Amino acid sequence: MPSSRDLLDDARRVIPEVTPEQVRSQNGARILIDVRERDEFEQGYISGAVHVSKGHIETRIEDAVPDRDTPITLYCAGGTRSLLAARAIRELGYTDVQSMSGGFNGWKQAGFDFAMPAALTPEQKIRYSRHLLIPEIGDEGQRKLLDAKVLLIGAGGLGTPAAQYLAAAGVGTIGFVDFDVVDLSNLQRQILHTEDRIGMRKTESARIALQALNSDVVVREHNEMLNSDNAREIFEQYDIIVNGCDNFPTRYLANDVALFTKKPLIDGGIFRFEGQLTTVLPFASPCYRCRYPLPPPPEEAPSCAEAGVLGVLPGVIGVLQAVETIKLITGIGEPLAGRLLHFDALAMKFREFRVPRDPQCPVCGENPTITAPIDYAGFCAAPLGRATEAVGAGEAVHA
Amino acid sequence: MALTVRIPGPLRRLTNGSAEVAVEGTTVQEALQNLDTSYPGFRDRLYDDQGKLRQFINIYVNDSDIRFGDGLETKVVEGEEISIVPAVAGGADPPLSMPASMPTEPNTGMLQTTA
Repeated sequence: MPSSRDLLDDARRVIPEVTPEQVRSQNGARILIDVRERDEFEQGYISGAVHVSKGHIETRIEDAVPDRDTPITLYCAGGTRSLLAARAIRELGYTDVQSMSGGFNGWKQAGFDFAMPAALTPEQKIRYSRHLLIPEIGDEGQRKLLDAKVLLIGAGGLGTPAAQYLAAAGVGTIGFVDFDVVDLSNLQRQILHTEDRIGMRKTESARIALQALNSDVVVREHNEMLNSDNAREIFEQYDIIVNGCDNFPTRYLANDVALFTKKPLIDGGIFRFEGQLTTVLPFASPCYRCRYPLPPPPEEAPSCAEAGVLGVLPGVIGVLQAVETIKLITGIGEPLAGRLLHFDALAMKFREFRVPRDPQCPVCGENPTITAPIDYAGFCAAPLGRATEAVGAGEAVHA
Repeated sequence: MALTVRIPGPLRRLTNGSAEVAVEGTTVQEALQNLDTSYPGFRDRLYDDQGKLRQFINIYVNDSDIRFGDGLETKVVEGEEISIVPAVAGGADPPLSMPASMPTEPNTGMLQTTA
């Protein structure tokens, strides 16, 4: 029988150990995971660290860090549990795992700053009481929601119902990227906007509505057109991206940049009485391009020729996007990854289609050819012949 | 061999509004040919000039994408369901949802982000 010392020596042979000073100088370049128990974490933790206790590390690491090549540093109280946890996830295929020697105690002794999780206020305990009663969410899940940052692409038919429930649920930071202003024809479905805010920027109108609902929520306005130049910088500020855009260039842009920045993407689309929904976990589940390698050429755009939408339809899809978002934030349930949910309002039927990852995908496949934002307007406006030739050859779509 | 083909909203004008129609066929290709015979217009919407299935349209047999199976040669048996699922832009504002009218000037309104 090996002793615990043997086990540790074994682990040390495969897991590099780093000092608190080294971790501090990494300055966010690696994902930091606190593997202590929840009650220890609540006494203070290294700012930016994600909490996954050692007992759950094998089952929860894939949700916390989908990409197995992500550089990860683990720490515990003294450096022992993190060493064993590091070996466990290395065996799961994580390629770059370190353990911090000396642990959180060593960090504090070095005099480095640390963060304290915010406890729920008495008012928050009442406001979120129906969440706190659910064991799967509870106090821990609610605090995750309050700490979460979610970006909504579009403050329109999908974004506004999604945001309304996210704000009600206490998602602490909600960002909108949209440069449009509120129009009378929006009010049939874009439920955060009102008659007296017609003409106002949608991001501002949405902020007013959400802050009236929940003052816990910080709303950030990105009153600009999402494009290849700003998308990465905007996405970096958030944990999860909810896509409610209305055009193919933005849909491909959001997909690609979500992958580049490794942010989960909840993608929703609507047409008249039908909606589609899927969740993209970067490099762990199929992306939008795996499903639809090319957009329709302009002259064939099926959603362009016959317009209109039942007002409540984006509400259904937007609210389902909020459900997916809350599940990802709190780490509960099965995300809609690798599956396309299709909703037909007229038949009142939900169907599910399986979507595999495409090894030929130009962004998340085995040999990616698109590794930075491209010219999406050009990509979506490409004549059919050229677009067809461009399949699987990312550089060709620059032309 | 009666199969059900599920028609997406954008193509229902070809089937006089029907959301699903019955066709015969032993492969997806055959079924789609018969669909086009009964409801002309599908061929042009589903295939490109080279006769290949367009990349923005997914065809599922039950819940599986045929691209990851035997493609158009995927076998089908009586009672199975073929679903045609095109990419949807997501919008309700057609002039802004696709660059159809502005292929040479990809700027104004192109990337408007409002479903």
